[in-house]
Amino acid sequence: MNPVPFQIIEKPFSRRPVEVDPITVDIIENALLNARREMDYVVFRSAMSTVIREQRDAYPLITDREGRKVVGQFGSPIAGFTRGYQGTVEDGDVFLTSDPYECQGAISHCNDWLVVKPIYFEGHLVGWSGIFGHVMDIGGRVPGSVPINANQYYEEGIIIPPTKVYRRGEMQTDVVNLIMHNSRASNSNRADLTALVAAAQLAARRVVEICERFGLETYVATCDLLLARNRKAISQLIDTSIPEGKTYYFEDYVCDDGCGMGPYKIACSMVKRGKKLYFDFDGTDPQSQGSINFIFNYEMFKMFVGAYLIKLYDPQIVFNAGYYELIEVNIPPGCLLNPIKPAALSCRTGTLQRTFDVLIGLLGQCTPGLMTAAGYSQSPYLYYSGYDDDGEWFTLFYSGFGGVPGRPIGDGHDGYTLLPSFFNLPTEFAESYAPVRIEQYTIVPDTGGPGLHRGGNGNHLVFYFEQPGTVSIHDSRWLTRPWGANGGLAAERSRKFMERADGTRELLPAMKDMVPVNPGDRLHFITWGGGGWGDPLERDPAIVALEVDRGLVTRDGARRYGVVLDADGGVDEEATRELRDTMRRERSEPGLFHYGDTIENILDRCESETGLPPPNPPDFEDRRLLAKNPVIAD
Amino acid sequence: MSHRLGVDVGGTFTDLLLIEESSGRTWRAKVPSTPSDSSLGVLAGIDRICGQAGIDADRITNLLHGTTVATNAILEGKGARVGVITTEGFRFLLHTARSHIPGGLGGWIIHPKPEPLAPLELTVEVRERIDRRGEVIVPLDEQHLQEGLAFLRRRGVDAITVALINSYVNDAHERRIQDIVHREMPDVPVSVSSAVLPEMLEYERAQTGVVNSYVRPVVASYLANLEREMTGRDMAAHLHILRSDGGLASTDACRELPVSILMSGPAGGVAGALWIAGQSGHSHLLTLDMGGTSTDVALIEGGAPRLRRETTVGDITVRASSLDVRTVGAGGGSIAHVPEITRALRVGPESAGAEPGPALYGKGGERPTVTDAHAVLGHFPNVVLAGEMQLDMDAATRAVRTVADALGLDLHRAARGILDIANETMFGALRGVSIQQGYDPRDFGLIAFGGAGPMHANALARLMDSWPVIIPPSPGVLCAYGDATTRLRNEASRSVVRRFSDTTDDEVYATMHELADRAAVSLDRENVPRSEQLVAYEMDCRYHGQGLQIPVKIDIDAFRETGLAAIAAAFDDEHEKLFTFRLDGGHEMVNLRAIVQAAAAPVEALRVPRADEPDASEALVGRCRIFSVEPSAEAAVYDRTRLKCGHRLPGPAIVTEMDSTTLILPGHVGEVDHCSSIIISPATGA
Repeated sequence: MNPVPFQIIEKPFSRRPVEVDPITVDIIENALLNARREMDYVVFRSAMSTVIREQRDAYPLITDREGRKVVGQFGSPIAGFTRGYQGTVEDGDVFLTSDPYECQGAISHCNDWLVVKPIYFEGHLVGWSGIFGHVMDIGGRVPGSVPINANQYYEEGIIIPPTKVYRRGEMQTDVVNLIMHNSRASNSNRADLTALVAAAQLAARRVVEICERFGLETYVATCDLLLARNRKAISQLIDTSIPEGKTYYFEDYVCDDGCGMGPYKIACSMVKRGKKLYFDFDGTDPQSQGSINFIFNYEMFKMFVGAYLIKLYDPQIVFNAGYYELIEVNIPPGCLLNPIKPAALSCRTGTLQRTFDVLIGLLGQCTPGLMTAAGYSQSPYLYYSGYDDDGEWFTLFYSGFGGVPGRPIGDGHDGYTLLPSFFNLPTEFAESYAPVRIEQYTIVPDTGGPGLHRGGNGNHLVFYFEQPGTVSIHDSRWLTRPWGANGGLAAERSRKFMERADGTRELLPAMKDMVPVNPGDRLHFITWGGGGWGDPLERDPAIVALEVDRGLVTRDGARRYGVVLDADGGVDEEATRELRDTMRRERSEPGLFHYGDTIENILDRCESETGLPPPNPPDFEDRRLLAKNPVIAD
Repeated sequence: MSHRLGVDVGGTFTDLLLIEESSGRTWRAKVPSTPSDSSLGVLAGIDRICGQAGIDADRITNLLHGTTVATNAILEGKGARVGVITTEGFRFLLHTARSHIPGGLGGWIIHPKPEPLAPLELTVEVRERIDRRGEVIVPLDEQHLQEGLAFLRRRGVDAITVALINSYVNDAHERRIQDIVHREMPDVPVSVSSAVLPEMLEYERAQTGVVNSYVRPVVASYLANLEREMTGRDMAAHLHILRSDGGLASTDACRELPVSILMSGPAGGVAGALWIAGQSGHSHLLTLDMGGTSTDVALIEGGAPRLRRETTVGDITVRASSLDVRTVGAGGGSIAHVPEITRALRVGPESAGAEPGPALYGKGGERPTVTDAHAVLGHFPNVVLAGEMQLDMDAATRAVRTVADALGLDLHRAARGILDIANETMFGALRGVSIQQGYDPRDFGLIAFGGAGPMHANALARLMDSWPVIIPPSPGVLCAYGDATTRLRNEASRSVVRRFSDTTDDEVYATMHELADRAAVSLDRENVPRSEQLVAYEMDCRYHGQGLQIPVKIDIDAFRETGLAAIAAAFDDEHEKLFTFRLDGGHEMVNLRAIVQAAAAPVEALRVPRADEPDASEALVGRCRIFSVEPSAEAAVYDRTRLKCGHRLPGPAIVTEMDSTTLILPGHVGEVDHCSSIIISPATGA
């Protein structure tokens, strides 16, 4: 059968210039923002996937006719989708895909199910709504479907190319059944797909209502105006906040890939020329043979840049795709951030989140006073699966938290995360859901980097397992430290170990699949802190003393702030003054960033400091082979 | 003759409404609030209103009170020093909270680190552990507890909350600790998490317990002051406090569970709306309470306001039932501005407040507010207000002109823009309680009150297509009406997390009865006979695997016949209404709840005399030009006190009264009903 070309079925539409007054533009913008919030509401509340519900790992989007994002929070998939899909697009259709390579990385691993719906008004295409969410399990080698050791993405579970799941309003039951059949959690996935489709349809309905209220032409013209308004705002931010012609550079590391290689360098330079910002990831290490590869969608990267600029300089701005043309990006193919198909992708989370740190380091250099340190930019997954008392299969998904970095506005949070909108999983919920007992959920003092504003501390959780099963761990920053900024110091690293029922202890790496556990075993899950911000010797000693009283800093830890406490826990003013004077004399001038050590020294001391062998340098040879001879043709 | 007195203590004013029960005759009074001890304002108000009515204070049989004393303690950070006792290994429970940072991508950069209401240094651990089945894994170590208590005693605490892991399944350890604390520290009130909220989720339960402790001493001393002064005036009136869920509670119940009165204030408005609309024969309503800095909206379906299972005050959210009131930052004092970068017109959330207030009030305000926009458009006819308050039209015009110039629009267009944006914000909130909850706003009327509500109601009803608009009498003191006319209420709940397939109708039925008995106790104490107590039942449900909980009402008699199957079907409907879809099977119950209410108070609204003819010329006091429509139009101006039942007010028209102004748009007509409410609808044939 010959492939059907991509074709949008609609009544002919010609754009005519319409005058829209600024107040109508504001009203339509608000209405679209409300629609976006409604999408969140439906999915976050009704989802079964705990990843969607507690980690808020679901992102909505509404685009204009051309697929440019007008509201929402991920890179628009429409351009990639219209290039990849073969067939017609009609009113009432809903599409599903989970293949990152088919949508230019708008989603970046196959656990993310992306639903896309064309929005029609009176027969004309007026835009698209889209939403994706991380479903619990898509089959493949391991429960949860994020195998660390996968070499190709075919090992990671079912891959759904852009597929019509609703044709002109009618569900394609056979197709949906086929997809659901390939999962350990088909009931949960089916419910989540229903919720995602409901959200996309709800957004479409709201857009139609706006068109009814204001007219088709006004709506289409307003989308243009919203994009233009945003472009102008961001253009001014770039003009005023970033110096012309100066090249900034920053690098940070993904500690390892769980397959013995690392650390992987993420390198990025930035320069402003004229109106535009140019980013270049040349120098980033090659793609991994494991699954930590991250397809960094250009639109998503631009969105991150915009989000940070806005949060740093003017949080009132509502952002959309209007400014995307002001940012140019180059990510060399075959590198960790632009892997070549069929590279495995499932464990890309740590890589994605390290790019946040790189972005802060890069943009922060333009205005150090506004930058933050590096912090808990990870969602370390912990999976515990097996059979419960009743012989029923369970998979507990649990997400870790750590220290938010010190920031210009103050200390970082203890036991939180930089990732947007997460919630932790309540202990009572976890215990009622799986045969596990959480015996300890504490903050580890001194793990946040000292600073004028202290970095947040990491957590120490102890899981007691009641049933035989397996545990998979995905964490990071066990090797490199979250850096401090503006004189603040780097934070402490993560650690994991198993305390077996017989009392023996086993050190565990940060990334490890299918560790067997038996009743009575305890997993100690210790996360990392956030870097400090500003000179710790400038911190108010009274606050340091209060934090010692609260158990957030130890008495010894207080000395890193140059603070000496008396026997009652009060500040010893004189000893503090002396200690601070000595420390100021003896230290070297604090730099903009504090990494704790050089990468060479970190690797040298890896085994002695962490108890784990250092990883091997990422292999360049295989990357070239892969690039020349893609294993499976497109 | 017995009298009921409703008292609503707001931020600026204390409103009072005295009702003579036999005749429905009312008196109103407004006195300044006294934030340092609000009982002083209340008592000044009582003296004033009794003077007006010519009665002695001892003639008041019921004093019904909506108070913000608990809310303010939280907002101003002036609550108790709370110590917490929790399970070993969980000392950071409140410090870490749910690890949630709002604000989307990069939200953490500007999110202030929250400080828990109970300081971390006053949180102690006790060695004990109960598992999810309620079995004791580690027995309570009383020696360890004594060490913790010694520590708290040394540090000094005003109140203690006990919150242990899994206490919702087995509260034995919490109870034992409570007994020991009572014995060891008899002066310190103890809140036990499983008693305050016997439901799953340790942080939410602990937080609710802590907030209860935090406001407890403040509420107790406020009530003691009030009761002492009442006794001093020989008042024997029964004092009751309005709860967040719109019911009344005894002062004893409030002292035990003050967390239930956090939203007492806004609940009064909804209760008042419910009552007056009921008198006018309307039961499907959206409420719009628009004040100076913010607007509260809620939905009333079939005479019952929609409830939610949480209460939010500032940054603090607790699991205590409250009326589902949404608040947005748009009010008469909201400031309009045009940011440099985007050149968009923004209105609020910043407000000119009471000082300096809108430019129109001539108290030094220079920035344009919603009120100034109304003034520019001619909605404050000088003809009536002259003498009441000096209005500075020039200042209002100057202020609005700054926005007009920044936008490159003419003055009236800019003023209309300010109102449009403010309306859009309120429209968003009204959608939040209607469309987003699966309700069609076209099935509802809109009742508007608060100082500014009647000015915006007609325009909002047009946006929502919600008719009719109801402007109640004295819209400025409607909350006090609510306080005066609502009824006693109490509830009891318990977490029972179980799939429908793992329980039986009989088991659920038995638990329901047990809960009803528990809830009835507080009404028994008020001498409400069981025969006059109305009991309602609810089950919070979800599909197994979900994290949400949706309350489903249970008709207990029908339940004997139809059982869980009918609840499953009702849940499916509700789920579809909220989220547009339903799933097949897998129903799970989470919480069971019984709600006990006394009968409604027999208070009727005063009937106004019937007009001889619809023409309202006898109330006409002038005409003025309004610019809220294009082209501008001449509006009739009426004095509300002279309106009678049956009068028709064709728009454009403005109705003025002491504390509010009503705007009727062209193409609409207002009609005065028997309770003196103005009912606005689109003019037929318009």
